[in-house]
Order: sequence, then C-alpha cells, then structure tokens
Amino acid sequence: MSDKLTFNFDVDGEDFTSAGQASVQIKRNLRQLGIDSDTIRRVSIAMYEGEINMVIHAGGGTAQVNVCENCIEIVLKDEGPGIKDIDLAMQEGYSTAPDNIRSLGFGAGMGLPNMKRNTDEMKIESEIGVGTTVTMRVNYGG
Amino acid sequence: MTVKELADKFSFTVCSMPDPDRKIGGVYIGDLLSWVMGRADCDDAWITIMSNINVAAVATLADVSCVILAENVAPDEELKKAATEKNINLFTSPHSAYETAVKLYGELK
Repeated sequence: MSDKLTFNFDVDGEDFTSAGQASVQIKRNLRQLGIDSDTIRRVSIAMYEGEINMVIHAGGGTAQVNVCENCIEIVLKDEGPGIKDIDLAMQEGYSTAPDNIRSLGFGAGMGLPNMKRNTDEMKIESEIGVGTTVTMRVNYGG
Repeated sequence: MTVKELADKFSFTVCSMPDPDRKIGGVYIGDLLSWVMGRADCDDAWITIMSNINVAAVATLADVSCVILAENVAPDEELKKAATEKNINLFTSPHSAYETAVKLYGELK
C-alpha cells in the first residue's frame, strides 16, 4: 500500500444519537484493509471521542482518515466556538459539557485525554469563534 | 466461559445474542462512556446501568464480549435495535453491578 487511502465523513451535529457512525464505519474499513486490531481500536476510540466532542461542542464537523503505509492520520475539523484554554481542556476530568450530555454518560472530561492516550501524535489548532482542527496520528506496522 | 453459558447459568434476560459463542475474558464496570472506552479490555463483559444508544457504539469500539445492564435496567429501544444490528450481546441482570461481577468472578477465576 504505497498510496494513501482517504476516507471522508460528515459528523452531524444535530443528531447526538447517531454520533459514532463514522468511527464504527472506519473500524470496519480498517478491518477490511487487514490493519491489526490494536491499531484499529486506538484509531476508532480516538475518532469516536473526537466525533462526540464535535457533536457536543461544535454542532458537528468533518472527519478525514488517511491510511498511509506506516501510519493512520485522523483530521477532525469543526467550525464551532473554539477551545479557550487547550492545556486546561487536556486535563482529565475538566469538562464544559452541559448536564444533559452528562446524563448520557459523556462529559466526564476524558475525551481529549483519551484521544491523546490512544494516538502517537496529536495536534490541536483552535481559534475562538472560528473553529478547531485536531490532527492525530497512529503509527503501525513499524 | 462463553456469553451464552453465562446468560443461561445466571438467568440473565437476553435482549440480543448474535454471538453466543464469544468467550468472556474479564469484567469491567462503569457508566462513564469515555472512561469505559479508554479502560475496558477487549473481550471483557461490561456491566453498566447506562441504557442509551451510545452504549452500542462504545461496546463496538471497545470490542467487549457482552454488555450486562445491572439491576434490571431496561435498554432503550434504539439500543436494543443497535445491539442486534451491530452484533452486540446484550443482557439484563436482576442483580447489582457488584453482585453480577462477583458471580462472574466465580466463573472466570
């Protein structure tokens, strides 16, 4: 696989209950490509957390997954309100999610830390009032 | 132990069991979905009182062997449907999460 393979998804911000569709789909795609199960788990967990974040905070966004020879890159892009303090948002347990989200089992302040834990590289670019782009990379088959 | 053996032995109510021969590797208890997704191991039986549709996505992504809703918590209709579609074994247990885990411990140790 010398060429990179790209999958694109729209993450619907209105429909909280369907959040996770893109990550479940990418799990299936990666399995078909014969990627090892640990890598698939890391990619799909990181992506699901990102999807949930976009639904809770940004009214949706887009997800792009690039499968390269030695790594999988995930780019999550939204036009939401932006993250005020990225260092604070990275702390486990810190959350700005509203109560109705907490009652669904989310908003525990674990999303971004989980994304970082499951990936080899993670970069957050965020501008208040403009949006956020999270780029993650999972290395595999090294 | 397979999930079918577990459900039979402790009279759990089966909401969906598309993969009855799946082996149970361990147990994880939790209701915060991100926490569970980050910590549960593949093949764990996941005991929770969360019963909404998002449980299906977390169960799939964490690749648990089954989901057990403790204390007879009924799954939402959407969750039931998703469990069947996504190949997730879903049970309800009349016991608390603790009691359910103790029963599983007796079988898995």
